[in-house]
Amino acid sequence: MSIIVGRSTRVIVQGITGREGRFHTASMLQYGTNIVAGVTPGKGGEEVEGVPVYDTAAEAVARHQANTSIMFVPARFARSAILEAVDAGLSTIVAITEGVAHKDAIESMARAEQRGDTIVIGPNCPGVISPSKKTKVGIMPNHIFKPGRVGIVSRSGSLTYEIAWHTTQAGLGQSTCVGIGGDAIIGLDFVGALKMFRDDDETDGVVLIGEIGGNAEEAAAAYIAETGYPKPVVAYIAGRMAPPGKRMGHAGAIIMGEMGTASSKMDAFAAASVPVADRPSQIVGLLRV
Amino acid sequence: MKLPEFEAKAVLKEYGIPVPRGRDASTPDEVELAAREIGGPVVLKAQIPVSGRGKAGGILFADDPAGARKIASGLLGSTIKESLVNTLLVEEALKVDKEYYLSVTIDRVAKRYVVLASVEGGVDIEQVALASPEKVSRYWTDPLSGLGEEQAREILARFDLSDDTAAELASLLTIMFSAAMDKDAELVELNPLVRTTSGTFVAVDARMIIDDNALFRHEEFAGRNLSREDETPLELEARKQNLAYVDLPGSTGVIGNGAGLVMATVDLVHHFGGSPANFLDIGGGGSVDINRRGLLLVLSKPEVKGVVVNIFGGITRCDFVAQAVIEATEESGTDKPIAVSMMGTNEAEGKRMLDEAGVMNFPNMEEAVQGLLRVQGGR
Repeated sequence: MSIIVGRSTRVIVQGITGREGRFHTASMLQYGTNIVAGVTPGKGGEEVEGVPVYDTAAEAVARHQANTSIMFVPARFARSAILEAVDAGLSTIVAITEGVAHKDAIESMARAEQRGDTIVIGPNCPGVISPSKKTKVGIMPNHIFKPGRVGIVSRSGSLTYEIAWHTTQAGLGQSTCVGIGGDAIIGLDFVGALKMFRDDDETDGVVLIGEIGGNAEEAAAAYIAETGYPKPVVAYIAGRMAPPGKRMGHAGAIIMGEMGTASSKMDAFAAASVPVADRPSQIVGLLRV
Repeated sequence: MKLPEFEAKAVLKEYGIPVPRGRDASTPDEVELAAREIGGPVVLKAQIPVSGRGKAGGILFADDPAGARKIASGLLGSTIKESLVNTLLVEEALKVDKEYYLSVTIDRVAKRYVVLASVEGGVDIEQVALASPEKVSRYWTDPLSGLGEEQAREILARFDLSDDTAAELASLLTIMFSAAMDKDAELVELNPLVRTTSGTFVAVDARMIIDDNALFRHEEFAGRNLSREDETPLELEARKQNLAYVDLPGSTGVIGNGAGLVMATVDLVHHFGGSPANFLDIGGGGSVDINRRGLLLVLSKPEVKGVVVNIFGGITRCDFVAQAVIEATEESGTDKPIAVSMMGTNEAEGKRMLDEAGVMNFPNMEEAVQGLLRVQGGR
């Protein structure tokens, strides 16, 4: 099965004519992703990598029965691009864009939630990849993934690649790897991804990669404990040495007072009997799958 | 971007939230003049970005302009909680009858703005929430409809307030919320909001943090983010160069691509017995130039005794990173050891270049950190 993206995924790329849009469209096609159309206002009728471009998401969806979007639009246009994708009826929207304003993200997520069946991944995320389905809706390097039975969910990009690479080298591979984004306001969160992995018959265990800031990891730990989560989970938390009040690269990676510290998150996982790796290379050894 | 108190108050005043009469001053002369203009007793407040400044001696009262001048002479140029006091806010001293707390901020998990009100003001709201939860009211606003008078009344309903007070606070809540939305604030906090002995409501202290990602649509704040009071000189320099950099107290410099990976590398330095000197995220797909400038910035810090460079990704070109390391080493003439771990496009070429230039490189981040710490002196 894998989660979020798979064989039935039909992708439109919003912002396909930009530098990043073109680059990653080529990479996704190479991986095997079924990209059916691109969208850039004013560029309708063009082609990128053989993919037809439309002026609006609605038109692209109507012509090609797309169900998923990935967007590379600049931050200031992210809100309107997400709302356009929601209104076009897409069920999965992957927002790669970094630097989206909080107010715009809050409104976008509320509109997606109102629609009911729309999942937003990100913003500020590397996207989703399901190796056995040869489907990548994201920007991660293709060669580090291999089909397998470990689910990975992470707030980070390159750290996820590092850890995915460990699981590949150990011969485990991945069912699906989803980067949920480094911003304070994101769509799909840890709990949402854990629920999907729980119901996925191709996932035997989950690696959860968290970092300082907010309390999404604490919420995930509580969910695991309260529901008696049926699959093994291993966590890693980046930012143990981060000082309070400083943004560590990601907009969401900031300790506010006592809130969002690495120790609070590690304690929460310990209380939920979830092993926490001290360093990335220990994760594979802690994963009992 | 955190607005200094006097700027936050100026913004809130525009929206109709009453604030004390006063203005900012940065010399004893200006303070005396301001006190004379205001008339009567005044309060002098150090404009520093730390909490608990009152207890630390950053808020002082004066009966008259001469007294204000005297206090200002001692306060200006002094250091409170490691922050240099450059500016004072001089305000009328009010006769306080009762203190309240109002704020709006973001709940990340709920993905909503949350409004907090309390009948206990002037104190840490989290402490109040723990000690007397009945004195705090929280309300998660609907992202698509916001906060109206009716919702504001609902927030206050759990408190035993007179009709006049409830009406006044409800009105202030809605005004504060619209100000926060208009200005893209992550936080607006009125603490304390006081009722004076003459029955008027005044925001005696106000905090306002503007979302950095929304500054593109707020020309009124343009230029103000050039310097930030809670920033070190290297952090300021890095921000000017669009580098995500944070100073740390140790001796091992850390550079990488991606926030999570750099945080993990910083943690590893500590794990293996070293002490990280900084966090620097170059981002993905960086040019030779940005990598070179990043490394030069870290090498320029005197406390740095060695640097670990950790690159993992697809779009970052390892030959660019190698080129940058070689150029920065030559340009700075440094003899500090540098250890590189990299994976990505043109990895073999990058490693060949590093080997040729005699730069240590390792197959993974843990070995790079350990390799550096073995040769780096002065931990």
